[in-house]
Amino acid sequence: MAQATTPAPSSTHTRGPVTGTARDANRKRAPFLIEFYRSAVGKKYVMAITGIMIMGFVFAHMVGNVKMYLGPAEFDTYAEFLRQILVPIFPRTLFLWLLRLGLITAFVLHIHAAYGLTVINHKARPVKYASKRDYVAANYASRTMRWSGIIVGLFIVFHLFDLSWTGTGFHYYRGAAYENVAHSLERPLVALIYIVANLALGLHLFHGAWSIFQSLGWNNPRFNKWRRGFAIAFAGLITVVNVSFPIMVQAGVVGHVG
Amino acid sequence: MTATEPLSGSPAPAAPGRTLNLTLRVWRQAGPDAPGAFEDYDAPGISVDMSFLEMLDVVNERLVEQSREPITFDHDCREGICGTCSLMINGRPHGPQRGTATCQLHMRKFADGDTIVIEPWRAEAFPVVRDLAVDRGAFDRIVEAGGYITVNSGSAPDANLIPIPKSVADAAFDAAACIGCGACVAACPNGAAQLFTSAKLAHLNLLPQGQAERYKRTEAMVDTMEELFGSCTNHGECEAACPKEIPIDFIALLNKDYLRAKLKNRRYLSRKP
Ligand code: HEM
Ligand code: SF4
Ligand code: FES
Repeated sequence: MAQATTPAPSSTHTRGPVTGTARDANRKRAPFLIEFYRSAVGKKYVMAITGIMIMGFVFAHMVGNVKMYLGPAEFDTYAEFLRQILVPIFPRTLFLWLLRLGLITAFVLHIHAAYGLTVINHKARPVKYASKRDYVAANYASRTMRWSGIIVGLFIVFHLFDLSWTGTGFHYYRGAAYENVAHSLERPLVALIYIVANLALGLHLFHGAWSIFQSLGWNNPRFNKWRRGFAIAFAGLITVVNVSFPIMVQAGVVGHVG
Repeated sequence: MTATEPLSGSPAPAAPGRTLNLTLRVWRQAGPDAPGAFEDYDAPGISVDMSFLEMLDVVNERLVEQSREPITFDHDCREGICGTCSLMINGRPHGPQRGTATCQLHMRKFADGDTIVIEPWRAEAFPVVRDLAVDRGAFDRIVEAGGYITVNSGSAPDANLIPIPKSVADAAFDAAACIGCGACVAACPNGAAQLFTSAKLAHLNLLPQGQAERYKRTEAMVDTMEELFGSCTNHGECEAACPKEIPIDFIALLNKDYLRAKLKNRRYLSRKP
């Protein structure tokens, strides 16, 4: 057909979609998750979900470490067990690495979202109040999330160097988990670092473990009264048990390998 | 009748009640881009029965008498329903009394000899117009994005034409109590407008009339909010400052509906309800 070989400029001669829906449908969109993450509310969902993942890890890590009180054999057996999970199906340490990968992803996203939200929030009030604020509901934990988070983050790097990678100045034996913990925590300064970091973690969780419910829209008048209690119980349990390890090594109750 | 005599029939002059001698430390700023600073004013003989705004009226009259520039502040209804009054009073939006707008705050809440610090609300989206008055037009941008239902506005429909469970109607009413004063933004350490936006969303999203546009509204209003304001980190400070005591439960609903909206609005494009 003659007309078809000389296409007219589309803006004037074709009708094209006219309804808002049809035009929106043709608009180029990023994949759902990326578009959602671009919004601040989406970032909060990511903070909350990655927060829950890390909370799961922190809880399991704490339960595992309680085996220190059962002695070196139990503790090292447990450390080896982690490497053996699903072994006939997967080669040794593969499943552990999958867990680690998930955890690393969670940490990266948690910190990335925290950073993004912090930038947004600083832009939202460039001129600060000149007079002193009198806070009613915001508590110390909620107002120091960035600092408690940074302390925990730096501690995790130190902790990995200390007990997973190289040791920090004591005789580090790869695979001798119990001995390494004992030798590291015998040093008062290191014990202090572990205590301070876990107090910061407790503070972070005191707000965080409550905050997740709001961020994910889990709000139900029948259950709301349990949310603060859950946060206190979770943060309290993690802090008390984790802080007990350096204290007990310092007190000489555990850690004598001979 | 001489001017000094009371009009016949008028009530007897109020008994001279307790008065306060106060010092006000007020933020003065000549214009949006002018530098601002606190200035101190003596405010003696303030009746405890005055509202906070009446106290400022008295101070302003005295300033005018001395040919000094009166303090600019926002006010309108003075009965706690319009949302025009504001003021950060001693570090709290709307002052020390919970669930009370500045216009409903009375001077009996203060003690003789007090210094009262008064500052405008601070947020990037609420620029200072002059002294204590800020421009809260950013709230209008959020409402324009979807804070309405599209209906044929003929004559008023019969009451109870659409049955609504009482608990749902009550929740929507609680949300609709928001007067748009901006205390939530002022109170929030992040300058977030989540409480306001969630109240405006909930009062329509909970009701049957709001369903058709529920997800379109939610996405549009939240996206507009995010262009203008900070982001909620669940401090709960807004709820404590709100003169209408809007609960942060509505913020959880906003979060839930926003995720749903993001999913649903994509599905709607392919005509899937
Ligand atoms: C590695 C360094 C970390 C940084 C920089 C960091 C930072 C933050 C920040 C800024 C927030 C937002 C605060 C708020 O919304 O009020 C947050 C929330 C949270 N964090 Fe962390 N954090 C870190 C580690 C952790 C760890 C180790 C855990 C868990 C054991 C955790 C669990 C949470 C939870 C549950 C939330 C609440 C999420 C929500 O509000 O929905 N974070 N974090
Ligand atoms: S939610 Fe409360 S504080 Fe915020 S604008 Fe509405 S009435 Fe004011
Ligand atoms: S002046 Fe109308 S609410 Fe205070």
